[in-house]
Amino acid sequence: MTHGTGKTQMVFTSFRRRAAQTCAIGALALALAACGQEKAADAGTTAEAAPAAGAADYQETLMTALLDAKPGDVIDIPEGVYSFDRSLSLTVDGVTIRGAGMDKSILTFKDQVAGAEGLLVTASNFTIEDLAIEDTKGDALKVNEGENIIIRRVRTEWTGGPKTENGAYGIYPVQTTNVLMEGNVAIGASDAGIYVGQSRNVVVRNNRAEQNVAGIEIENTFDADVYDNVATNNTGGILVFNMPNLPQPGARTRVFNNEIVENNLKNFAVEGTAVASVPAGSGVVINSNDQVEIFENEIKNNKTANIIISSVFSTGYAEGGAQESFDPYPEGIYIHSNDMSGGGKNPDGLELQALKTLKFGPMGAIPDVMWDGFVNAEKLVDGALPDELKICVRNGESEILNADGPNEYANPRVDAAAHDCELPRLPAVTLPEKLAEL
Amino acid sequence: MRALAIAAGAVLLAACGSDAPSFSETRPVFHEEGYPELLSDWNVVKAEGGALRLAAGVTPYDLATPLFTDYALKLRTVALPEGTKADYREVDVFAFPVGTIISKTFYYGENADGTVTDEGAPAFSGGALPMNGVRLMETRILAHRSAGWVAVSYVWNDEQTEAMLKRTGAIERLTLARGGAAPVDFPYVVPNQNQCAGCHAPNNTTRAISPIGPKARHLNKASVYHDGANQIAHWRDAGLLSISEADLAAAPMNAVWTDEEWSIDDRARAYLDSNCSHCHNKVGPADTSGLDLTPAAAGPALGFCKAAIAAGDGAGGRPYDIVPGHPEDSILLFRMETTNPAAMMPELGRSLSHSEGVALIRDWIAGLDGDGCV
Repeated sequence: MTHGTGKTQMVFTSFRRRAAQTCAIGALALALAACGQEKAADAGTTAEAAPAAGAADYQETLMTALLDAKPGDVIDIPEGVYSFDRSLSLTVDGVTIRGAGMDKSILTFKDQVAGAEGLLVTASNFTIEDLAIEDTKGDALKVNEGENIIIRRVRTEWTGGPKTENGAYGIYPVQTTNVLMEGNVAIGASDAGIYVGQSRNVVVRNNRAEQNVAGIEIENTFDADVYDNVATNNTGGILVFNMPNLPQPGARTRVFNNEIVENNLKNFAVEGTAVASVPAGSGVVINSNDQVEIFENEIKNNKTANIIISSVFSTGYAEGGAQESFDPYPEGIYIHSNDMSGGGKNPDGLELQALKTLKFGPMGAIPDVMWDGFVNAEKLVDGALPDELKICVRNGESEILNADGPNEYANPRVDAAAHDCELPRLPAVTLPEKLAEL
Repeated sequence: MRALAIAAGAVLLAACGSDAPSFSETRPVFHEEGYPELLSDWNVVKAEGGALRLAAGVTPYDLATPLFTDYALKLRTVALPEGTKADYREVDVFAFPVGTIISKTFYYGENADGTVTDEGAPAFSGGALPMNGVRLMETRILAHRSAGWVAVSYVWNDEQTEAMLKRTGAIERLTLARGGAAPVDFPYVVPNQNQCAGCHAPNNTTRAISPIGPKARHLNKASVYHDGANQIAHWRDAGLLSISEADLAAAPMNAVWTDEEWSIDDRARAYLDSNCSHCHNKVGPADTSGLDLTPAAAGPALGFCKAAIAAGDGAGGRPYDIVPGHPEDSILLFRMETTNPAAMMPELGRSLSHSEGVALIRDWIAGLDGDGCV
């Protein structure tokens, strides 16, 4: 398998074909796309899942504890390093799994021979805290359908550093409602370190994501607050995506007070995955999502662009067809009050390099915000989008580059006036009291 | 009463040519609670006198196109409480009464050198599976309790005399030697009890455990156990199933994936149905992917020119789930071919790739109309 700038070309075939016939800037499509706490146990019992004679027996011990768990139980994982050769799973509602600390209770899957994840949870009212899951073959922690999910102070890590053969997701709740993810550390995922998909009402705060392809990704999710996180040294820092052909789209994500710096790691995703098209050096990427508010973040030194806004037209995610209800356009995007600097100086891939040099000179930089330029012509009123659908940038000196995707990237331009607007602030996400108080 | 009479007849038949083992005259023992430590506690199948025998009222059945599990051979049985019947369902699994016990015994042919194979194992006959040259691996039990189905597995001991409850699963290191091909080592994985739900909870919202195989379209074939009689008709005649003549005549039928009398489209879709649709359906655990491999699915939902969502390693560097005409570009085929646990499909139930199944799906995709996905 080869990696590097060539790896996404298959996904972007149609654009590549067309672009090649136009001009160097036509290849921007490719480029844009590609180039490139404490809680008391309630009623339940505390199952001290203590290691028996040696850590070797612990797999059996913990598996049995997970099978026998009853609602309200706390499964305590003592300090130690425990090895597993196949997946763990939990199917009982109302269970807490608690370690002694993310550097103390370590579940290692180095020797895993079976199972697509480290721990798979298919249950509601689930809390996991203070432990680490390392070197799983696939995803580290997956929660598939459930509500009232707390994941905190959990570390998921591939200890060999960023590698394509690492598992895809670190922390991976999907089709969940009322989710709190805080204080986690995610390192080395070949897709997203911290990922929330097809969910509702999500708070992601105080996490640290590094050396992943995507640091933190919110996908097809309604109402997410992403704040006080650090995303650094990933390929892309924080992603807010909508993908086609899924049961639900997503909207209303606030990304604020995060430190999103130096996400310049070479993309090491498997070709064919959505994140394989994220250029190294992307601070924040919004793809086909609506009502996204990016504010009061520190977004610096992301070498392709501090913020990228794209549609599936330039990323190719819907090339083969999307369901009719899918809205490919990123609309109602409001970027304001961020501390942005140092981005766009060395974009990933020859095409973006060419664009940068042509448009901004050899010493210049891609503006803080880069947009592929696709708008829904059916929604235009007198040639302009209604205010609520606009991309608004009120961020000091920060400029927005319209890459002119609809015209084969013929005339990329900075057009401040078109984006000098403001949008209503999005409401804060409110978690149910029981979750919020924790 | 008729059912009883027939059951008794079966018992007599089974007893012919053997030493009239008493086990075959006893009936299964249903456990409404708990998980008995021994398979024999269920009294469904028993290793006795050099054969795996069935208790009275235990009916073996087979499926048109079964799930692949590392080339293991399988003996499937169903046993209903005396005097009860299942209700026919056209699409869903039949509605079995509380008290039903379904069993599936996984086994291989065993070569003299201890390697295992799916070839040349003795055939089920006289109501029993001869055990010479056979290695029994595990027997899985699905029991329909009043609160719902439960699933649990029993692992056969080295002596092949009894199988023991193994709720946490197990890994057995085996070597497969088949068709003169080079032997290949692989871990045979017994699922842990939660993982049973990975396949047997086809609705990821209700998460109710359910059988998968006993559906009309899988059973609607000539039985290998009952002189080629149509299996659904046999179940009706044996008093196991309540079904009208009209429903019987109209029952859906999946292809036998190896039978070239069927079109390749029918065979491929039957294979995807049996191997994938328990998760890849509109409400299943894999609905997160948007990929639907049930018999009725079509278009992007069926994977045609559909980009992967969260495939990770599973994308294999390929652009779409299925690229008509181009198996080499189709993620689905990659995921069937790979044995990397992070990427392979199905996620559970195999450590090896099913080369014959892969060949079928490869040929099917290659023959689909279309010139790529652009």
